[in-house]
Formats: sequence, structure tokens, C-alpha cells
Amino acid sequence: MSDRIMGGIGLALSLFYIWAATIIPESFMADVIGPSTFPIIIGVLMAVCSLVFIARPDPDPVWPPLNRLAEIGFAILVCFLYAQLIDELGFAICTALASGYLCWRLGGTPVTAVLTGLGLAAGLYLIFKTILGLSLAAGPLGF
Amino acid sequence: MDTLANLADGFAIAITFQNLGLALIGAFLGTMMGALPGLGPANGVAILIPISFSLGFGPLSSLILMTAVYYGAMYGGRISSILLNIPGDEPAMMTCLDGYPMARKGMAGEALSLSGIASFVGSIFATIGLAVLAPQLVKIALLFGPAEYFALFTIAFATLGGVASANQAKAAFAAMLGLGIAMIGVDTQTGVERFTFGEMHLMDGIDFLVAIVGLFALSEVFIFLEHRSTGGADEGKLKNIGRMMAPWSMIRACIPTFTRGTVIGFLAGVLPGAGASLGSFLAYTAERQIADPQGRTFGKGDPRGVAAPEAGNNAAAGGALVPMLALGVPGSGTTAVLLAVLLSLNITPGPLLFAQQPDVVWGLIAALFIANVMLLILNIPLVGLFSRVLLVPIHILMPLVAMVSFIGVYGISGSSFDLTMMVCFGILGWLLRKMSVPLVPVILGILLGNEMEVNLRRAMTLSDGDWLTLVGSPLAVALWLIAIVGFVAPMVFGARLKRKMAEEHDEVAAGD
Repeated sequence: MSDRIMGGIGLALSLFYIWAATIIPESFMADVIGPSTFPIIIGVLMAVCSLVFIARPDPDPVWPPLNRLAEIGFAILVCFLYAQLIDELGFAICTALASGYLCWRLGGTPVTAVLTGLGLAAGLYLIFKTILGLSLAAGPLGF
Repeated sequence: MDTLANLADGFAIAITFQNLGLALIGAFLGTMMGALPGLGPANGVAILIPISFSLGFGPLSSLILMTAVYYGAMYGGRISSILLNIPGDEPAMMTCLDGYPMARKGMAGEALSLSGIASFVGSIFATIGLAVLAPQLVKIALLFGPAEYFALFTIAFATLGGVASANQAKAAFAAMLGLGIAMIGVDTQTGVERFTFGEMHLMDGIDFLVAIVGLFALSEVFIFLEHRSTGGADEGKLKNIGRMMAPWSMIRACIPTFTRGTVIGFLAGVLPGAGASLGSFLAYTAERQIADPQGRTFGKGDPRGVAAPEAGNNAAAGGALVPMLALGVPGSGTTAVLLAVLLSLNITPGPLLFAQQPDVVWGLIAALFIANVMLLILNIPLVGLFSRVLLVPIHILMPLVAMVSFIGVYGISGSSFDLTMMVCFGILGWLLRKMSVPLVPVILGILLGNEMEVNLRRAMTLSDGDWLTLVGSPLAVALWLIAIVGFVAPMVFGARLKRKMAEEHDEVAAGD
């Protein structure tokens, strides 16, 4: 069943892709086959693959139970928050919070999680900013 | 003798204090990453590319660092295979078969040092093979026109699923997904926007580094979150390593094994669609048929059963570099990631690279020799240290992987848009893995998509729109035939081969 759903999504995606390829504007520097031919070929092949999924699905993979899915969902949320907040809060604070959360959810005790968060933030800052001189986002406190 | 002179030049360029230091660091990091289950060569190289890119070393220095990581990961994969019966990466699967029984007999140290030597022999001869074979392949590649190149790229996609691929539709779907993503952005030939939907950040296309780190590294974190309770029970099982060095008699008895494993592995590496996993599998099964046809000692801790797959897997890793460097078409997952390294340094591999930037090519090959020697030196005495890495708990390791991924991607452009994009690729990678859609074709599609399209359009322009030009020369026809055979063969043999590889592994696991 999972394969059929993927096939359905793939089919919708490929149709959308082909449509989006047909509305690519013409250019004054056109070559023989133009900018939309290759994308259309890709879209068609993708649709064919999707039809194969629908026609001959593999056995279902083992999907995690609902609480595990929620677990992954929250981790994804934390990653998105990291991406959004890094410019406001800075590298060190974001890293401490995100890695602490991940550590806790991967089975660390709360104390280990806090220590891991602080340790990773400090250690990575030291290695990448102080020693290697990479530009990391500076927060309100300057790190 | 051209090769030797070129190689000498390469060594002259590669041997500087900084480069040797980078090779050492790379070899060390790579071995650690290879040893850690769940952080294979492709992941290890992937999270380091953006960082080495942002640090702004010269092209050669970055290459030396990354290839040392690549070879190091190939060495490291055997450590957890032998000590824990968990392959550190997929090619190290066959090493479990006799490595773990050896460790149970208290011969872990012998198994580790013997497999270290086997890795060294395999990769050093594969590197020699690379130096000899790649320039020959370049001579053929110089005959290629745009139509032939288009067919060659098709071969890469058709065979990448591998001989052991279970479902070719999924491999093809993955390739199309990657190619589709590559089309996003401003078209280089006509200057019109494609698939950007007015989004400014998409004008330049999606950076392949963002995609690689998200698909490989971040999705790994999600996988670990999903299986949290099943892992982490291995810590008590770590064996006492015992004596550090295999006795000379054991090494000497394995010399024929080294030779066979290396030859088989190298060939498997050079051929499209085979790669290191198949190299080690073939090396192991061939060795068993030759050395122990009755099945008396193999699978119960025969040293030759450790030497053969390790020589094979490392020789295949070197062999896979031949098509990658000479044609610009990678033959395996890890070389696809190495191609990303080259492209991020603005080096386009292929015949022109050998003609225009021989210093990069031969410096790289020299670097491979250097990395190998360093790995041998590091691996024999320090293997106890590396095996300690296995004790790092997942709940510290995985946050570290995630944060290093974030740092790397943020370092490229400093934009939180790229970070968000990377998280999206992480989700996509997790979903695709669950659906057993291979990730490597996606990466390769993103990497090669534009080049492939350029060749198609160039061929079309030359022929004035006649599609038959794609099969217009005998060479092109031959390439198309290879692509078709490479795509169809796994449908016939793939399921059987995959089952056989799994059975081999299960037999030993069941005998625990």
C-alpha cells in the first residue's frame, strides 16, 4: 500500500513538473530543443516509474508506531526552529538547545542532555570559530 | 614511463607539511567514521565537504583531506564488523563472516591487523591500477562527442542501482528526482528561470551540498530516533583485543588471498554498477571456493575469510575512482560523493582534467598513496584506540552529526534558507529510505543533471534537431547497449543475488 501511495504522489508530482516545464517562458536565445524538452523527458519517465509502483507495489516497510512518528516529527520541528532562529539567537544558544534536546530524545538522561548540549556548543564553537575561523551566526550575547 | 614521471610530479606537489598533516587528520577522522556503525564513507565525506569548502584550502589540499577520509572510512568499516559483528558500513558486511568468529576465539587483534594489511594491499594495488588504467580510459574518452557523453551519463544512472538492486523502478525514480531537482534555477543556455516560482533563493538552483548533507547525514539522525530502543546494547560485548599483530606465518599464508581479493575487487570497482559491496562479496565467495571448497573452516574464523573481503572492498574503492576521474562518471555511491567534492572545488573530472590540470590528477593519485601508508601506520598500532570510538553513545554521537551538518551548511552561504532546505532534504531522505528508494541516484542526478542536459542540447544543436544523432555512431550505440543491459540485468538477477548476500550474512548471525 505504501508503494501505491508513493506512486500516487509521484504521479501528481510528475504531472505538476511537466506542467511547470511547459510554462517555462521562451527566450530570445533559443536553441534547437529549448529549455523545456529535457525537463519534460524527466517528468514523463518519473510518471512511468510511479505507474510501476502502483501496478507492482513492494511489500510495505515497517512504519514506526505513532509515538515514534511523533518523536521524529518533534525532532524535525526542532531542526526547523534551529534554522529559523539561528540568525536571532546565534550559533551557541541554538546548538546547545537543539543538541541537548536530541541527546535527551535519543536516550540520554536529562543531566547528560544538558551537559552534552553545553559541551557540544562550546566545543564546536571553539573548533570551528576560534581555531578554524568559520563564520558562525553571532547571537545577542556575541556568540 | 610517462605514468611514473607524472606520478613523481604528483608526489612533488602533494608532499608539503600542510598536505601531509591534512592527510593524517583525514585518515584519522575517516577511520573513526568508518568504524562507527551508521556513519559510513558516504556520510562521513558528505558532512565534511561543506566544511572543507568553507575553510578555503586550495583544491589539492581539500582533495587530499577528503580522499584520506574516503580511504580511511573504507579501512574503518572492518573494526566494528570484527569486534561487534555489526558492519560499520555496507562493504564491510562480508568481513563479519569470519572476523567476528575470530574475535570470539580471542583472535580479535590478529583479525584487525590482518584485515588492516589486507586493506592496505588492496588499496595500494588499486591505486597503482588507477594510475595505469585511468590515462588509457582518457584516450578512449577523448573520442566522445556530446551524444556519446549523453549515453555515458545514462549508463551511470542505469547501472547505479547496482547489480544487487531489488527494484529498478525505484532506482530510476530516484534518478529522475535528482535530475528534476537539478533543473531548478536559471537555465545556463537561455537565461530563463525554470521551476523557481518567483522564489529568489531558487534562482541559483539548489546547492548540491545542501542536498547531500540533508539526504545522507540528517536522515541518519531521524533513523536513529526511530530505532532508539533497539540500539545501544552493544557496549558490554566489546572483546578483549588480544595480541596486536598477526604472526608472519598467518600473513604469508594469506598472500595468495590478498592477490585474488585485490584483482576481483578492482575489477568490480571499475565496472559500472558493481562497487565495493559487490567487490567484497565476490572476493569472499571466490576465496571460499578456492581455499575451502568443503566449507570446513570458512565462516568459523578463517583468517583468509577476513583477508579476502577486506582486500576486495578496498581494491574496489580504488577501482571505482577510475571511471570517476577519467570519465567524470562515478561508479558507486561513495565516488558520487567524491564527485561532489571535486565539483565543489570547481574541478570537473573527465578527459579534459587530465589534459588541462595534470597536477590535480597526479597530485590526487600521489595523495592516495600517502593516505594509504598513513592509514597502515595508524591502523596497526592504534586499532585499540579506534575500537574505543565504538563506545561513544549514540545520544552524543547523533547530536554531534546533526550539529556538524548544520555548521557546514550554514558555513557555505550563511543563510537560514539553506538550513531549512537541508532539513527538508533530511525528511525526504528519511522517507525515501523507508520506502527503500536508493539515495545515491538522487545525489548523482543533482550533480550531473545540468551537464547531462547541456550534452543533449549540444548534440541536438549539432544535428539540427535530429534525435537519431544520439545513436549516430557505433560508439554511442555500444554505450546505449551497455546502459540497457545494465538496467535490465538486475531485474533478472538482482533479487537472487541480494538474497544470497543476505543469506550469507544471516547464517553467521544465526550461529551466534
